[in-house]
Amino acid sequence: MSDLQDSKTILAKLENVSKRYGNLTALNGMNLSVKAGEVLALLGPNGAGKTTAVSLLLNLIEADSGQVSLFDQAPDELSARQRIGVMLQSAELPETLRVSELIALTQSYYPNKRALAEIYEMAGIADLLTRAYGKLSGGQQRRVQFALAICAKVEILFLDEPTVGLDIEAREAMWGSLRKLVAEGCAIVLTTHYLEEAEALADRVMVIAQGSVIAEGSVESIRSRVSLRRIRCVSALNIEVIKQWADIDSATYDGQTLVIQTQDAESVTRRLLNEDKNLQQLEIKRAGLAEAFVELTKEQAA
Amino acid sequence: MNTTNLSMNSSYSALSVYVTEARLEFIRMLRMPMFAMPALIFPAMFYSLFGILMGSGKAEVSAYLLATYCIFGVMGPGLFGFGVSVAMEKDRGWLKWRRAVPALPGAYFLSKMIMALIFAFIIFVELALLAGTLGGVHLELSQWLQLMLISLLSSLPFCAMGLVIGILVNGQAAPAVVNFLYLPMAFLSGLWLPIGMLPKFLGKLAPIWPSYHSSQIALKVIGADLGAPLWQHVVYLIVFTLVMVWLAVTLWSRMKVK
Repeated sequence: MSDLQDSKTILAKLENVSKRYGNLTALNGMNLSVKAGEVLALLGPNGAGKTTAVSLLLNLIEADSGQVSLFDQAPDELSARQRIGVMLQSAELPETLRVSELIALTQSYYPNKRALAEIYEMAGIADLLTRAYGKLSGGQQRRVQFALAICAKVEILFLDEPTVGLDIEAREAMWGSLRKLVAEGCAIVLTTHYLEEAEALADRVMVIAQGSVIAEGSVESIRSRVSLRRIRCVSALNIEVIKQWADIDSATYDGQTLVIQTQDAESVTRRLLNEDKNLQQLEIKRAGLAEAFVELTKEQAA
Repeated sequence: MNTTNLSMNSSYSALSVYVTEARLEFIRMLRMPMFAMPALIFPAMFYSLFGILMGSGKAEVSAYLLATYCIFGVMGPGLFGFGVSVAMEKDRGWLKWRRAVPALPGAYFLSKMIMALIFAFIIFVELALLAGTLGGVHLELSQWLQLMLISLLSSLPFCAMGLVIGILVNGQAAPAVVNFLYLPMAFLSGLWLPIGMLPKFLGKLAPIWPSYHSSQIALKVIGADLGAPLWQHVVYLIVFTLVMVWLAVTLWSRMKVK
């Protein structure tokens, strides 16, 4: 519908898919498509249906109704799954196997194998190869799971919360590798609750709430979907008083700095400048994805 | 160690998937000796106790129990190797991961089956050595070979049965469920005591159990079976195995993976 890039090939899609668990509706007429070479981020609160949507494409569960397709095939087709790489959130791998053995096993499943040296470098696991998987730390296990996801040259990479448990350095390194994969032409489907991750990587964002897509578009367009803006300044005004003003979404302190979120930055700024002649370090910014996201899911719940 | 995958960068063969899976399944088993030891030790331990020590030197008792303990021994790797390990791997997310990546389900089953056969072979060798030395059992070479073949083949119906259990129950319950089926079934099939020594109605019910039919075939080798024709036992075991495989295949695709 809002596709500006209709020309790009669609690699995977959900069409009007519903999935219920007992009385709970996990997905309700969900539509989703993954286009060649794009980075698609799925955002949403816990229980929104992100993982259910991905699980359908990964052959982990079956839809109650609607169409699920991967490269125009059913997702349980081996030849379709040989074109995707997978990093799940919770799956545990055999603890007694060494990292090099897990890579050999996973790589045997794929026709288009990536060179080992490249995998080691991209996932940063060269020093872990002879270690047993069960003896690794959480962050190291995550890097090994990433190595398995990229052990072949695939067309779509599904990453479920890939950087949970990684330190900042390792996260930055993984982002770098993901950008390299995108440059190769690999599409990435990312579920994350680190909004800066979506902001840093995604071409397109889908916000999911209560089993359907409530907003879809570029990071920029999602951000602009909400008119919320953030005013920062150093002022002597009483914060409790400011909170009573019209159109104030929130007012807090960030150290010395007063942070105000509002729909009407112009009027609020005018009033601030009028009431505090000594106001300093004024800064007005459009809200980040995090605020946009909270706003959108709030609207949905209302 | 990982030399196998150096040479082939963009080749895919199902055979290499099967070989890799089987090799790693074997390595995993070697690295978890606590899991393997009971299956490898108990049959020989029980046989030494009941078949040799308490048989008070009667070679025909030792020979009879050799046949039945071979069956008892090879049931274990099938039932535990599939029942407990499939249930645990299902719970731990390993099967979920396998379903998402292009793994071959056949390679998973086959590598576990090969493991069960290797275990069955080791158990047979242990029992045969004990029987041939301490037990004073003397058989023709052809009889030893027949007994070995029957032991190996007999583990297959229990692999299929174990798989069904592994799919149906969770990892915590699986060892108890397997033991609850394994031990009574062994007893009721006359693997520990000859059928004639069981209460009459239990003896009459014995042909229900697959292990009864396996043990009757094994006993035929030493001429100590109850006299039903071979084909009846074989047909029972084939039908039993096919039903279990059919159940497993049906349940496998519907199985909820955590």
